[in-house]
Amino acid sequence: MNRKFIAYVLSLVTLLEGFMFLVVSLIAAGYKEKAFYAYFVMGIISVVIGYIGYKRKPANMNFYAKEGFLAVSLSWIVISLIGALPLVLTGEVLNYTDAMFEIVSGFTTTGSSILTNVEALSHASLFWRSFTHFFGGMGVLVIVLAFIPSISQSGMYIMKAESPGPTVGKFVSKVSTTARILYLIYTGMTVLQFVVLMCLECNWFEAINIAMATAGTGGFAIYNTSLTNMTPSVQVVTAVFMLLFGINFNVYYFILIKKAKEAFKCEEMRIYLGIVLIATAVITLNIMSMYESTSYSLRMAFFNVASIITTTGFGTVDFNNWPALSKTILLVLMFIGACAGSTGGGIKVSRIAIMFKDCANSIRKLAHPRVVKPVRFEGKPVEEETVHSIRSYISFYCFILIASVILISIDNFDFVTNFSSVAATFNNIGPGLGLVGPAGNFSQFSYFSKIVLIFDMLAGRLELIPMLVLFSKSTYRNS
Amino acid sequence: MKILIVGCGKVGRNIASELIEEGHDIVLIDKNSKVVEDVSNALDVLGVIGDGASYNTLIDAGIKDADVLLAVTNSDELNLLCCLFAKKAGNVKTIARVRNPIYNDEIGYIADELGLAMIINPEISAAREIAKLLRFPSAIKIDSFEKDKLDILSFVVNEKSDLVGKKIMDSPVISNEQVLVVGIERGDEAIIPNGHTVIEKGDKLSVCTTDYRVNELFHNIGVPTSRIKSVMIVGASGVAYYLSKMLISSGIEVTLLEADAKRCKEIAELLPEVTIINGDATDQKVLEEENIEDYDAFISTTGMDEENIILSMYASKFEDIKVITKINRLNYNQLINGMNLGSIIVPKQITAESIIRFVRAMDNSQDNEIETLYQILNGKAEAISFKIKEESAVTEKNLLESKFIDNTLIAAIIRGRKIITPSGKDKFKVGDSVVIVTTHLGLNDITDILA
Repeated sequence: MNRKFIAYVLSLVTLLEGFMFLVVSLIAAGYKEKAFYAYFVMGIISVVIGYIGYKRKPANMNFYAKEGFLAVSLSWIVISLIGALPLVLTGEVLNYTDAMFEIVSGFTTTGSSILTNVEALSHASLFWRSFTHFFGGMGVLVIVLAFIPSISQSGMYIMKAESPGPTVGKFVSKVSTTARILYLIYTGMTVLQFVVLMCLECNWFEAINIAMATAGTGGFAIYNTSLTNMTPSVQVVTAVFMLLFGINFNVYYFILIKKAKEAFKCEEMRIYLGIVLIATAVITLNIMSMYESTSYSLRMAFFNVASIITTTGFGTVDFNNWPALSKTILLVLMFIGACAGSTGGGIKVSRIAIMFKDCANSIRKLAHPRVVKPVRFEGKPVEEETVHSIRSYISFYCFILIASVILISIDNFDFVTNFSSVAATFNNIGPGLGLVGPAGNFSQFSYFSKIVLIFDMLAGRLELIPMLVLFSKSTYRNS
Repeated sequence: MKILIVGCGKVGRNIASELIEEGHDIVLIDKNSKVVEDVSNALDVLGVIGDGASYNTLIDAGIKDADVLLAVTNSDELNLLCCLFAKKAGNVKTIARVRNPIYNDEIGYIADELGLAMIINPEISAAREIAKLLRFPSAIKIDSFEKDKLDILSFVVNEKSDLVGKKIMDSPVISNEQVLVVGIERGDEAIIPNGHTVIEKGDKLSVCTTDYRVNELFHNIGVPTSRIKSVMIVGASGVAYYLSKMLISSGIEVTLLEADAKRCKEIAELLPEVTIINGDATDQKVLEEENIEDYDAFISTTGMDEENIILSMYASKFEDIKVITKINRLNYNQLINGMNLGSIIVPKQITAESIIRFVRAMDNSQDNEIETLYQILNGKAEAISFKIKEESAVTEKNLLESKFIDNTLIAAIIRGRKIITPSGKDKFKVGDSVVIVTTHLGLNDITDILA
């Protein structure tokens, strides 16, 4: 195993995080906050350490799947470990495990918080939380790939480990160019949302935080009430952008290169929008009797469906009080998640769709035992290997889910809380049901449970395999 | 530049990885999804699954904004068809690999009719390379510039040689006005030497000299310069066919061993002057029966690398036989270098070199064009000749005053018919061809050598 290469990648990530800290320290300086010192000092230290590592480029840059996956999972652990420090240094979060939970929740774009009073945080820390969403959404290593072409020779292994979805494709020949295009689209859409929000009576700090948290489909808000007190237009705009960030970025690339026709052919996007439409309709009908105006019901239903299916987790209303049918639908949406190749989490629409077709195929096989009919998705037959990997993905997913629920149960909360807290973190959503609903938070869990949930968030964001590789014996053999 | 490569075989892969090093955008097209998957993991390329001769596949792969299309599948006809469609579908330069000897005779006609920019035949290039080596049997590699007027040739310094343990400047035979040491390969290391570099035994020396002085040089160093009169070739491959034709025309006696009786008959019809032996060369008896020790040269060109290696190792036991080994896959480079296999010829590497030469020349926005390019020192360095077409920073000062990048050497200046081994007082002039040896791979322009 090429350890030097992994160390090199880790130092690149540290360097990147150092720059991020420095940006945050500018915000702190602007607001004349004491948090400036924590972010500035951490920034300088990270940049120096990262730069030393960057200069010691290993001679052997060959790496394969194993190194790629390990580099990604370790990078995410390292950025979280470092990223949590300023929160403790500023004294805003009292212990390191909580800070770690908060920052992992940020980078993995989960949006679950252990803070009972978000509004007490400094502007700098609020910005830092949203900032982690922004970079975590598209991927920390994707940006490294974009700027350090030397590691992109076999960069597909890294792309594969970090990008969501059953298969990962490139737009153009070079990984680094693909990474740049991705970030270009991503940043462009974020800026667009920021500008629209600015036009809608948001101040710039609200607008930038909401935009970054939406872009990464994260869900950290700067108010305790999340978006409840925002104007309806802000809520609708945010809901629309959440849905947009939940769509496969291939679609935007096709639009960018003026192949709009190809873009709208995307089967996954159609299924995804279909689910949103149906879920919104059913929930609206279901909750209509609870509220006075139908338009309010529709807006609440639409916002929360968008927020949950894209795994963002912004709140406008406490859906804990909704009827069982609505809550169940939301819980199901948590598992479906957004499209592959988007910034959202969950199992992903494409996996669900392919599995669904695969199941239908196996029924057909009973009637015609010798039928040859590959699963088709996006107009193309799906490789047997892809179907197989999705099957094992779903199995792994269930195992981890069950194991986590069992471990969390030690804290002795009710089943709905336990199950939905795992679902909410594992799928990178944020709020669950019960005690961890939109009005609650994760502070009451024991440290052990928090560590389990931290693992779930990372495993969910990196789509299981990179995290599981860390625990595989064969990874460390002979090294 | 954007380059489409149809066919992910060993040639396609090799060319792709070389071109990526040069910074080009590569799209690989192949019918086999497994292969495409495999390649796009290993190399920074875009893989497209589909038939390269299909219009839709070409459009998918982005033929519209591509600059070059290379068709290197194992079917000549498919390659030609790809190029034909690509030419119609987009504004690209097309290069096809065509190996069938029948087409080879009408290559000019095909290239003209289909608008091909270049036709590559790795077998014929390999054969040419081998034929060149047989002219100077003591060299292990010869790269020629300026229509064979100037050569960079490599040879191994054996322990008995007078050169061992001396600085280059202290051995007048290799440091005079006609001879310049441009590179040393020592184990895995590639060294661009200066006068103070000490030569060790086992070094592979690359020397730049004029063609007609090669024999004189070898004589001075004390290596035998006898002429090759008879050659034994094993394996009736394409390379063997082209090579036999070349050798016979220069009056060398050729014996060809081939295990397959049917192939023997075919080749016997094509090459009546060659003695064809139907026998398995891996059987030592067959080689002894044919009196291998009486030949001046032994060339293994079967389709199996392993067989070639074993045969060459066996042939190397006999003294005074020049051994040449054809290797198709280059995966075990370090291992092969440690063996006694004489000269090694890698057809796909020769192909890659000629394509890189073509692409770099195309890439050149300025007029200082690359004329010739060779990879030397086991691919760790390049020998390039540039044509200086206009005044630029390099023509301003003489060589002593100019600052050059490290590990770079100016091997020769070719001015009209004169070949100059440069010294500090010399100066580049418009119209010169300049031969550079450098470990900075991927130079595009003569001004790149300035620090």
